[in-house]
Amino acid sequence: MSSVTALTHAPGQSRAVPRLLIGLAFFLTAIFVVAPMAFIFWRAMAEGWGAYVGNILDPLTLHATALTVLVAVIVVPINIAFGIAAAWAIARFRFPGRKLLVTMIEIPFSISPIIAGICYLLLYGRQGLLGPLLADANLKVMFALPGIVLVTMFVTAPFVAREVLPLMQAQGSEQEEAAVTLGARGWQIFSRVTLPNIRWALLYGAVLCTARAVGEFGGVSVVSGSIRGQTNTLPLQIELMFNDLNTTGAFAAASTLTVIALVVLVVKAALESRR
Amino acid sequence: MIPKLRIAALALLLGTTPALAQDKVLNVSYDIARELFEALNPEFQTYWKDKTGRDVTIDQSHAGSSKQARAILEGLPADVVTFNQETDVDVLAKNGFVAENWREAFPNGASPYYSLPAFLVRKDNPKGIKDWNDLARADVKSVFPNPKTSGNGRYTYLAAYAYALQQPGATQDSAKEFVSAIFANVPVFDTGGRAATQTFAERNIGDVLITFEAETQAIAQQYADQGLISITPPTSLFAAFPVAVVSENAERNGTTEVSTEYLNWLYSPQAQETLAANHFRTTDKDVSAKHAADFPEVKLLNVDDVFGGWDKIQSEHLADGGILDTVFVNR
Repeated sequence: MSSVTALTHAPGQSRAVPRLLIGLAFFLTAIFVVAPMAFIFWRAMAEGWGAYVGNILDPLTLHATALTVLVAVIVVPINIAFGIAAAWAIARFRFPGRKLLVTMIEIPFSISPIIAGICYLLLYGRQGLLGPLLADANLKVMFALPGIVLVTMFVTAPFVAREVLPLMQAQGSEQEEAAVTLGARGWQIFSRVTLPNIRWALLYGAVLCTARAVGEFGGVSVVSGSIRGQTNTLPLQIELMFNDLNTTGAFAAASTLTVIALVVLVVKAALESRR
Repeated sequence: MIPKLRIAALALLLGTTPALAQDKVLNVSYDIARELFEALNPEFQTYWKDKTGRDVTIDQSHAGSSKQARAILEGLPADVVTFNQETDVDVLAKNGFVAENWREAFPNGASPYYSLPAFLVRKDNPKGIKDWNDLARADVKSVFPNPKTSGNGRYTYLAAYAYALQQPGATQDSAKEFVSAIFANVPVFDTGGRAATQTFAERNIGDVLITFEAETQAIAQQYADQGLISITPPTSLFAAFPVAVVSENAERNGTTEVSTEYLNWLYSPQAQETLAANHFRTTDKDVSAKHAADFPEVKLLNVDDVFGGWDKIQSEHLADGGILDTVFVNR
């Protein structure tokens, strides 16, 4: 508080305040972000490299990793397509229910994932609305990959749209209109004009979406059925091992999850540096 | 590495691909039984192969057993359940997923192994905690999970209540008073058994942890450097670990035979050995005799005898405004 007061009272006078704030930012990042992350790796290695590699390559943990990656690989492209389409429709057109659509897209932000999980369960579960129908058709949605994908999609739906939409609105449609007058066709406009304009927002949205998809726990926990080696995702596997007092195994799995997240961030940074 | 992942991903995409002459059982179980069944399942696979010449895959799902029951009602295709709460099997029975008389389908009330609430105390037992009445002392802080959210905590509550009812001249009121005295000295009510363990062993809170004997013994071993001691009180409450074939699913999956055999096999000397090694009390006479030294003598009370069954416990003790609530309020 005192530093904020100092800033308003004496703007631009002292260099102590910015230094203090920068120091504070570094300090807080260190204790809230860096230290827990370092602790994950330190704890995962507690029993040595051999045990760490063994834990990572444990068939069930490996399967959980593969499942988590697979879910992200399915969910992220769908959400990118959905996000671009939704943002484009909202930014470029005026239609009844447009505001409502914006609000609807944001719903997953404000709803706890566990509610999403329960809603899907009550809809697609055996006793749910569509349950008997699905059972007759012998389609497995809940407690199988489709259920996990659906819930993850719900939870991550807003990320791309919310990143791309403000940018599209700010840029307006002049460039696209110019392309039309120059004789460009729909797909050409999209790939040569629209996409390059929004690519950084799109990238950022995709990164957030991926990070959220691989980390999703609450909603997936309701619909996964936690069948080990089949429907247990990495976050669920971590919880399972932690509850089993298998702390080293849990932290090893957690380090895999952290590495996935870091790789995504590094890829983003690498792409950005080519900007 | 990469081909392995690819195969895993492919298998995921294609869903369950049943191999030829391959039996498959989905065992839906409680949250902390992972290592137990990791030890048991390969033994059964060998047994089944020797007996029938067929391979069997046993898939495991672990979560809180009430959550699991709910998931099965919503379509989790469990062939068998191995739970730690009878009431959760009853839920399945009421909905027609499990035979109404599931308790008679297997020996010992369909409980191949059992345990009981016991104590875990600090090094050298400085407070001299031996029996339930020690927990009611003002200088003893007890740690156990919240009976409202945890089946484990429920057993602790019921065991203390049952103990109080056994005392000479006991009445319902004296039992309530006794349990209130214990509850008054609980520093934290965690939501589950493992969280309570963390509170006691990692955060060093409390003089005694009350949980299943299988847990107190396992924790004493795991935290051997702390010198924690497992103490079985002279009187406690029988805690069943019920098993049942989910006939509704097993019949559809054509797994009734292997599922039934799997549960029956849990009573075999081989499985019972593994169970005893995991600190569970066993039903096989020879195995129990062999491990007698590991399990102190205890007078076990029974839920049906003391409380008149789980339905009555639900309505009199656990329901909103029931005895458990008054014990909490008086805290």
